[in-house]
Amino acid sequence: MTNHAPTAQLAQVEDLRQEALTNQVFGFWIYLMSDLILFSAIFATFVVQSHSYAGGPTGKELFHLPYVLVETLLLLFSSATCGLAMVAAQNERRALVLQWLALTFLLGLGFVSMEVKEFHSMIAGGNGPDRSGFLSAFFTLVGTHGAHVFLGLLWMAVTMAQVGLKGLSTSVQSKLMRLSMFWHFLDIVWVGVFTTVYLRGVLQ
Amino acid sequence: MNRSLIDSVGAGGAAFRSYAVGFVLALVLTGLSFALVMSGVLSRPATLIIIFAAAALQSLVHIHYFLHLDMSSKARWNVLALAFTALVMAIFIGGTVWIMYYLQYRLM
Repeated sequence: MTNHAPTAQLAQVEDLRQEALTNQVFGFWIYLMSDLILFSAIFATFVVQSHSYAGGPTGKELFHLPYVLVETLLLLFSSATCGLAMVAAQNERRALVLQWLALTFLLGLGFVSMEVKEFHSMIAGGNGPDRSGFLSAFFTLVGTHGAHVFLGLLWMAVTMAQVGLKGLSTSVQSKLMRLSMFWHFLDIVWVGVFTTVYLRGVLQ
Repeated sequence: MNRSLIDSVGAGGAAFRSYAVGFVLALVLTGLSFALVMSGVLSRPATLIIIFAAAALQSLVHIHYFLHLDMSSKARWNVLALAFTALVMAIFIGGTVWIMYYLQYRLM
């Protein structure tokens, strides 16, 4: 009889923990959904402005699809390696989590670097966001996504430090889960970006 | 203990097989879109329809295989929030394009 009370209490604590974790993930999901609505406003603006060249260059003249394909693959591979980090976290293998996250970080950094290089060469060629409505909308949409990826990289660095210092505690696992949701979400938004902006732009 | 915690949540959980299947499907759909546009084998309207269908399908692949959203009871509210967001997005983007198209049409 005396053994039962603490066990029941432990089970109750465990239930509360599970519920808290489910709520954290749901709360973060609501944030992602509101971010998606922000993106849909920017997508709508881009589609409306996508022919407003004002005598400036069109997407067909500016975009280099093999370059965009490499960017796309970098982000897709990083989404997969992020998933592998989560599998490693589930199996409680800390070193493996850090390795996969480091690879995810490098792939994400490669993506951001390629985007910065693209922006730089466009602006240096006189085709900055002030050139036309099309380019204003282009820099806003692609830039907002890029800023998200950049913030995701900072977040990933902080989380890697936490995994390294604190190990895979319940709270660190919970943070890892939200980080991976954010990262996969950004890859989904990029699918919309490369289709709407680059592929459709080259077809114009 | 942690294993059950992660499994319990629905969105964001992990399974190697799921990531592998999702990755291959995403790779195929991305490759299809880029190949169609870069080769130009189909007419412009047909290419547009296929690349946007591929993008929608790839989004679903990412949501199902990477974010692990399904209609299980654990993830039901996440799916409902997503469905509502999709509705808002459709009104937002569809409505904007519709209004601005007719504005341009009437101004010509």
